[in-house]
Amino acid sequence: MNEQTPDTNSNTAADTAAIHLVDVNKWYGDFQALIDINLSVKQGERVVVCGPSGSGKSTMIRCINRLEHHQRGQIIVDGIELTDNLKNIEAVRSEVGMVFQSFNLFPHMRVIDNLTLAPMLVRKMPKAEAEALAMGYLERVQIPEQAYKYPGQLSGGQQQRVAIARSLCMQPRIMLFDEPTSALDPEMIKEVLDVMVELAKEGMTMIVVTHEMGFAKTVADTMVFMDQAEIVEIATPDIFFTKPKNERTQLFLDQILTH
Amino acid sequence: MSDISKPEDQARTGGSFLYNQGFRSIAYQVLLGGVLAYLAWTLYANVNANLERQGIATGWDFLNTSSGFDIGESVIEYSAADTYGKALLAGILNTIRVALFGIFFATILGVFMGIARVSKNWLLSTLASWYVEICRNVPVVLHVIFWGTVIHLLPSPRKAMVPFEGAFIMNRGVVMPFPVYDPAYPWVGAAFVAAILGVVFLNKWAQRRREQTGQYISTLWAGLGILIGLPAAVWIAFGAPLVWDVPALRGFNFQGGLQLSPEFVALLIGITVYTAAFIAEIVRSGIQSVPSGQIEAARAVGLRPSFIMRYVTMPQALRVIIPPTASQYLSLTKNSSLGVLIGYPDLVNIGNTTLNQTGQAVEAIAIMMVVYLAISIVISTFMNVYNRLVAIKER
Ligand SMILES: Nc1ncnc2c1ncn2[C@@H]1O[C@H](COP(=O)(O)OP(=O)(O)OP(=O)(O)O)[C@@H](O)[C@H]1O
Ligand SMILES: [Mg+2]
Repeated sequence: MNEQTPDTNSNTAADTAAIHLVDVNKWYGDFQALIDINLSVKQGERVVVCGPSGSGKSTMIRCINRLEHHQRGQIIVDGIELTDNLKNIEAVRSEVGMVFQSFNLFPHMRVIDNLTLAPMLVRKMPKAEAEALAMGYLERVQIPEQAYKYPGQLSGGQQQRVAIARSLCMQPRIMLFDEPTSALDPEMIKEVLDVMVELAKEGMTMIVVTHEMGFAKTVADTMVFMDQAEIVEIATPDIFFTKPKNERTQLFLDQILTH
Repeated sequence: MSDISKPEDQARTGGSFLYNQGFRSIAYQVLLGGVLAYLAWTLYANVNANLERQGIATGWDFLNTSSGFDIGESVIEYSAADTYGKALLAGILNTIRVALFGIFFATILGVFMGIARVSKNWLLSTLASWYVEICRNVPVVLHVIFWGTVIHLLPSPRKAMVPFEGAFIMNRGVVMPFPVYDPAYPWVGAAFVAAILGVVFLNKWAQRRREQTGQYISTLWAGLGILIGLPAAVWIAFGAPLVWDVPALRGFNFQGGLQLSPEFVALLIGITVYTAAFIAEIVRSGIQSVPSGQIEAARAVGLRPSFIMRYVTMPQALRVIIPPTASQYLSLTKNSSLGVLIGYPDLVNIGNTTLNQTGQAVEAIAIMMVVYLAISIVISTFMNVYNRLVAIKER
């Protein structure tokens, strides 16, 4: 980790890992959903995770902000280890933003209130300040004019951009995306991906579960392929898309790239 | 429009305005109103004619004549020498009394059972689901008769059960100590109302302050302090008057204290237990109606469980909970009329007696219907207002 790795983003690349998973194992009852997961993500690194359905991609990133808990191994986020310690969990969650496939906006609150809720309650921010912050992020995701509507009145693409803005309002250092475009109609996928590309350019540490390989090629520093609860391959996009070491990776790529 | 309709249509109906939607809907309403008015008038004329033929008086004069019957229990002073009007009023108050207590206890029990059903504690959730399944699948009539029977199987006053010092449970009902009235009490009550208003303002202030400065101020203790402190201060200012009227056994019966008749207790338990089972189901389904993604999203932005409950789960669950709960309150109120089966002198009980003694069935039934209607309207108005307060402005 200490030696110089070629990094496109050398200004934010610190030698401390933002996320560190060591021999992580997780079971749902008898079913093992993660087997010996090892992954290290540097500050500012963009990781794209792909793999067949049920391979454990969601489970892995949900463990990183403790929406699921792992039974064995170590997960360290920004130097804080995730254990049962509630203080640690709280600290990690306020550093890590998460965007879900199904948006999960609060339907009973206006867009602006969705955005200001956590800054006010968790960060103890005055309302006016929180609203200014929220408007700033709504402008960044290009929908300031929707601030006073309810989520149900927005299109899917707009809702997902609000969800991204809601996470950003907590000013996280790390963003997790779990198939953020899978629930969207094709014409709305681009508007969400554009926002994510912008974020990546600004140097946000990101782990993105997605099958949008075009996005992966433009943005990813590292590709991760998962299959049957294991990480099968970790590689740079160049190698990953041209000459993956593992044949399961090749098989998967053949399948999704022919579509 | 007219060029679409066929010529013979036009000839028969005499104009295309009959095809106008607005005109039609008004016409139908006028027609319906006319039919109803005609039916009502025929019914009224018929009944009047029949009653006259049978020599039965009509009108409301009977309300001012002496009833000649006693009522087992009454909130107001009442004796057999009083009028039918007063007897009916006593019945109305008895109905309202049992319904209010029923709504209060059914809500507490129902919310508790509903939350217990979704709890992770296996024993608690199993017990709660047994309770719900058994209680809501037995007709409410049986609940009332069951408790009416049970209470008469309890020991006699001499062998009464003593849940705590001064209170007795027996086949003559329940008696317990009660403070003797003192002129200070209305003031204490007023102080309590003022305290509630004070707490409302306190919360408003705390919220405004939180929005301005970001400081979260817990109003729980201050609120409780006002709620208890203000009435207590008024009470102490009046010299802290408190004399307990403790029930005592005189001969075969208890005298003094707060006396609850066996009929009241049995009816209250019956309708409470039955309605609480439905409220429990409503609360459970309300909580479960909030998608798990909502809670995950709230956790992901770092909200504490208590904040999640208050700002994310509850507002969405209440939207599902309140309307059906309001109709449970209405059902409970109407079910309280089953008190007639076990001799509780509610409105229907006294209305029936009045009807039998005077023969003025139309008037007696009209009074009962109007009173239930009025109570129902009051309850649903309250619930609608409450619904609007907690419900989310959406769309
Ligand atoms: N709460 C749960 N209880 C039991 N099993 C679960 C649970 N959540 C996930 N699993 C199982 O764990 C495995 C991994 O699930 P996960 O959601 O992580 O897969 P995924 O790679 O994200 O798949 P997809 O692409 O379909 O989202 C699956 O076999 C799934 O059935
Ligand atoms: Mg998934």
